[in-house]
Amino acid sequence: MSEKIKVTSEKIKDIFIKIADILIENKSYLTELDAAIGDADHGINMARGFKKVKEKIEDDSFKNNSDLVKTVAMTLISTVGGASGPLYGTAFLNISKIIPDSDFDIDSFIKIGETIIEGIQKLGKAQQGEKTMLDTIIPAVNALRESKVKGLSLERALEECKKAAEEGMKATIPLLATKGRASYLGERSKGHQDPGATSSYLIIKVIVDELISEME
Amino acid sequence: MVSILIVSHSKEIAAGTKKLAEQMKQGDVEILAVGGTKEGEIGTDPDAIYASLKKINKEDGVIVLADLGSAVMNINMIIDRFDEDTKKKIILADAPIVEGAIFATVEASIGEKLSNIVSSIESPNVIKKKQ
Repeated sequence: MSEKIKVTSEKIKDIFIKIADILIENKSYLTELDAAIGDADHGINMARGFKKVKEKIEDDSFKNNSDLVKTVAMTLISTVGGASGPLYGTAFLNISKIIPDSDFDIDSFIKIGETIIEGIQKLGKAQQGEKTMLDTIIPAVNALRESKVKGLSLERALEECKKAAEEGMKATIPLLATKGRASYLGERSKGHQDPGATSSYLIIKVIVDELISEME
Repeated sequence: MVSILIVSHSKEIAAGTKKLAEQMKQGDVEILAVGGTKEGEIGTDPDAIYASLKKINKEDGVIVLADLGSAVMNINMIIDRFDEDTKKKIILADAPIVEGAIFATVEASIGEKLSNIVSSIESPNVIKKKQ
């Protein structure tokens, strides 16, 4: 019997509001990272998109998890403005198609991870190691799969997922960017942490911390 | 006649490219241009791209010319929203936005078909500057 956790749309709404808060809080940090290797708008774009998400979901009730996540996705797609809009938007849109309505087990999280990667790769055509958000997300999903194989508890698996995401994010520093605006910099893109990998880590961190707090 | 959609991060680039292309226009090639975010800043607005693609004459096909990352991603994401038959008629060309728009306009004006216009604007001759 695999371990399950109950996550209702009220909880997910709470998680999105916390994601919005952390991205708004890190607006300057993300923009600074993007100024080094991109067009200095990642923090501004993410903050704008998630501020709108917060406004849109805060006072509404949703009939199920899918409905809520779809609203978030559509809001991001139409308000973010940069490449992170379609990328995160498609990721959340894919999640909305498969998200369980209440009971989540390790397989639910793995499937969510896989559909995120699939959506981002379809649009962005990137692989791991190209200094993008996938450098955070792919190791995070791999950690979930490995945790399942090792038979770890759901709480441990989520912890491992967050840890792998953080390591993946930091591992973008020496990488050469071959996708996105940073790729125009060539060798000069080395030595900087990728802003997309950073926002992905912040989002994963909030999700994991919130889910774990629910389990205690 | 093939239609042309120009998508840029900048409202001015989109409008300026359309203006340039229209100088070459004969007949009634439809050219639409979208650029910038909803707030008029640098970026792309998927809602505006979707509205333009919905509105533009798609009968003989549409060539889309775009500049950078998010424009390309937004277009690909939006093309996916159309039905299978329509999808085949909307081609995001692997061509530079200004030269591509101008050459495509000339060819569309003489009634060239979609696939021919795409292969001609995707050729390196389009960007040739040195004699």
